[in-house]
Amino acid sequence: MDFETVIGLEVHAQMLTDTKIFCSCSTKFGGTPNSHTCPVCLGMPGVLPVLNKKVVEYAMKMALATNCEINKSCEFARKNYFYPDLPKGYQISQYAYPIAEHGYVLLDVNGEQKKIGITRIHMEEDAGKLIHDEHNPVSYVDLNRTGVPLIEIVSEPDMRSPEEAADYLKRLHEILVYLEICDGNMEEGSFRCDANVSIRPRGQKEFGTRTELKNMNSFRNVQRALEYEIKRQQYLVENGGTVVQETRLWDDAQGATNSMRSKEEAHDYRYFPDPDLVPILVDDAWVEKIKADLPELPLAKRERFVNEYQIPAYDAGVLTADKTLALYYEEVVKLCGKPKVASNWLMGDVMRFLNEDKRSIRECPIKTESLAEMIKLIDEGAISGKMAKEVVEDMYKTGKSPQDIIKEKGLVQITDEGELIKTITSIIEANQAQAAEYRSGKEKVFGFFVGQVMKATKGKANPQLVNELLKKMLAG
Amino acid sequence: MEFNQSTIHELQEKIKNGSVTASQITESVFSRIDAVEERVHSYIRLMKENALAAAKKADEDIKKGDIKPLTGIPIALKDILCTKGITTTCGSHILHNFVPPYNATVVEKLTAAGAVFVGKANMDEFAMGSSTETSWFGPTRNPWDLERIPGGSSGGSATAVAADECIASIGSDTGGSIRQPAALCGVVGLKPTYGRVSRFGLIAFASSLDQIGPFTKDVEDCAIMMNVLAGYDPKESTSVNAEVPDYRQFVGRDIKGWKIGIPKEYFIEGIDPEITAAIQQAIKVIELCGGVCVDISLPHTQYCVAVYYIIAPAEASSNLARYDGVRYGFRAADVRELLEMYKESRRQGFGAEVKRRIMIGTYALSAGYYDAYYKKASQVRALIKKDFDEAFKKCDVILTPTTPTPAFKIGEKTDDPLQMYLSDVFTISTNLAGIPGISVPCGYSTSGLPIGVQFLASHFEEGKLIQIASAYEKNAKIEKRRPAL
Ligand SMILES: [Zn+2]
Repeated sequence: MDFETVIGLEVHAQMLTDTKIFCSCSTKFGGTPNSHTCPVCLGMPGVLPVLNKKVVEYAMKMALATNCEINKSCEFARKNYFYPDLPKGYQISQYAYPIAEHGYVLLDVNGEQKKIGITRIHMEEDAGKLIHDEHNPVSYVDLNRTGVPLIEIVSEPDMRSPEEAADYLKRLHEILVYLEICDGNMEEGSFRCDANVSIRPRGQKEFGTRTELKNMNSFRNVQRALEYEIKRQQYLVENGGTVVQETRLWDDAQGATNSMRSKEEAHDYRYFPDPDLVPILVDDAWVEKIKADLPELPLAKRERFVNEYQIPAYDAGVLTADKTLALYYEEVVKLCGKPKVASNWLMGDVMRFLNEDKRSIRECPIKTESLAEMIKLIDEGAISGKMAKEVVEDMYKTGKSPQDIIKEKGLVQITDEGELIKTITSIIEANQAQAAEYRSGKEKVFGFFVGQVMKATKGKANPQLVNELLKKMLAG
Repeated sequence: MEFNQSTIHELQEKIKNGSVTASQITESVFSRIDAVEERVHSYIRLMKENALAAAKKADEDIKKGDIKPLTGIPIALKDILCTKGITTTCGSHILHNFVPPYNATVVEKLTAAGAVFVGKANMDEFAMGSSTETSWFGPTRNPWDLERIPGGSSGGSATAVAADECIASIGSDTGGSIRQPAALCGVVGLKPTYGRVSRFGLIAFASSLDQIGPFTKDVEDCAIMMNVLAGYDPKESTSVNAEVPDYRQFVGRDIKGWKIGIPKEYFIEGIDPEITAAIQQAIKVIELCGGVCVDISLPHTQYCVAVYYIIAPAEASSNLARYDGVRYGFRAADVRELLEMYKESRRQGFGAEVKRRIMIGTYALSAGYYDAYYKKASQVRALIKKDFDEAFKKCDVILTPTTPTPAFKIGEKTDDPLQMYLSDVFTISTNLAGIPGISVPCGYSTSGLPIGVQFLASHFEEGKLIQIASAYEKNAKIEKRRPAL
């Protein structure tokens, strides 16, 4: 049977505020257990939450960047359940009235734009962490993370393949990082994803029974888990079984999903409006102020790069995938005025060095001025492309300027015509037979002469100039 | 007269003219405690050492001429208010050993005003009750008749003032927990507007209804206490940043021409005839003061108790989830796994009434029941609030009985929660609407039990309450009796 896959994603993104959502404790990752806590985030008796306005503004930024409608009034609700990492016995979240709804993100699917709907974005507080003793039946509670601000971005069930899901995730990740409201670190849990997945016979309108997948902490794992789960569901259906609505955990080592709890075991969270917090009212002026502060988003930047720099869409995509890389690129272009050449060097050699060392562009030892200078030197003919390969590698290794490297290595190209004419004259004289061959039409011999000149000049001769002169002089 | 029997304003005069020291006042309070506390049981915990040290410090300040509004005045705190470094139990086994590392905002304010804290007053467990019988530390007795309840949940705060075991005290009022015991113990009790006094550090029962207020021996003291307690607190999101008047200026002003609303729904069958008689008498006094009585209607009154007993338990079920034995308070021993620890800690840690309300509240918020209970109750609550908004277009203040009966016998209603809940029938609406209310003594039953009259005003009109209560107090000339202990 031909099946269609239906995927919806729930993404939790940690907001990059200095302090927690309802108290003034630090949000820094790590730290001695329970050192970033106070009576409020410890859920002690009689304490009260006070909302960090920054969180609302960050959520509004994400809402605007994903084309959502921001609600004029929204409220916090309590999600009630017992767990040792949840000191109040409830999580402050949003339920009936979230901060934003009805948005979308555009994906490029087989060269066509596809809209992935965003159902809602809401704000909430994170829970703490349990540390289980490996040798004794004891568990410890670390509440440093408790009260760290999160936004949850819930998509419509609009994705039709694991690739689309991964692509959507990358787009969301990119936007969050561009907005500088989330560091996007998946290993530290700053960007987390749960997936709802179901299958249905192609052409059927109704959705199949879905399962919820958790515990996938990388883009790759999301894709792997979805692929596995789709196969599992297909196998079930094709063999007369039925998919059960349940929550399943991805096991990375095993490469499989395992049942965690069924629908019957699902919690009744008893949501109700948090009486300790007042409704958040958002007026147009506030929205406009946030809108005015929005940076250029990845999609817009991509289009601008293609139009303004006349580089291929592929290049624009690679260069804008990381905001810092895009900034780096734009600075190099500004300094050297050669957009395509700059893109080639950056996407070629520079990115290769960085990838090999698992470094990000932030850690790149080559200054934008240096790369631009090198491109100019090639353009002016001061160094050859071949020399530049050596220079850029040295720049990466030492952080030195191209001029310094060229000087140290004596790499300056011989562009002095007089000097080259002398060299070529003596080479032709020494190789009369070959010269005659060339004149008689054997053009292959030309390469031999180029080689001889380069050998004589230790490769420093400007190749273009050598070509010109040789042609002229061999012709006699 | 003993110093402990005096009012704040009387003592302030004496402190200023040097005829009494703060230490003498505090000592007189503690000698009274030594004499009667065993019978009344106003306190869960006494803070004698701290109090004497604070009094000594107050005397040094007085010598320097530094006299603040409550300098040297012994005050009792309901044990629902967090006190830094001092065990705060909320009347519960589950918090019997909880020592807060912070002070409630009102505790900070009282300290800054020079108050001397006598101790932590007894209360119904988590303020759930109308008789102070649900306290894990045993019941408090009414000083006017030790066989009777003092009201609740702030029973200890009321009896401490009534039995002169302090000069004034702090309570909290979620559905009448200040006004009802004030009426039953013959003292003045005020529940301020929701948002007027900070709730930070007040252990939550029902967050949208809880409010802190004072118990005092007369209305002027109530004004003095409100001057200290009221005000915006950035630590509380529901705190209202509205100007706080000098409440003392309302004391002694007349109420000529004021319209006094008499809601017909509050004069119903089932009220003790002695209460009815006392309230009719109070109405006459108000008219003599120049007040003009107008008949008003609060049509949704009959739903107040039902709405309250959905909203308050719903919020409580969530507020009390944090008492799980994980981080502080009581944890059951001999448990092997997490769920068992939760269940046993809460089973052994909470009393029957608290469990009953947690269950009611959990049910009201459950999937499939939320709309029929919590949501519906919230909608009716809005109508109740609207009733008052409409009523205050027609009158300045509303007058009602505070309670339907005088103090009942200990144990009389403990097996009948519904009867117990009905003892708050006249006070609950105030909390649902968020408006202020005051109870002032208005006489005694034939058996000598105190009776209270309640005045209600619109949001942030505590000044009006002080004004009418003070006018009433001055003109009613209620015989000043003291409980025979
Ligand atoms: Zn904190």
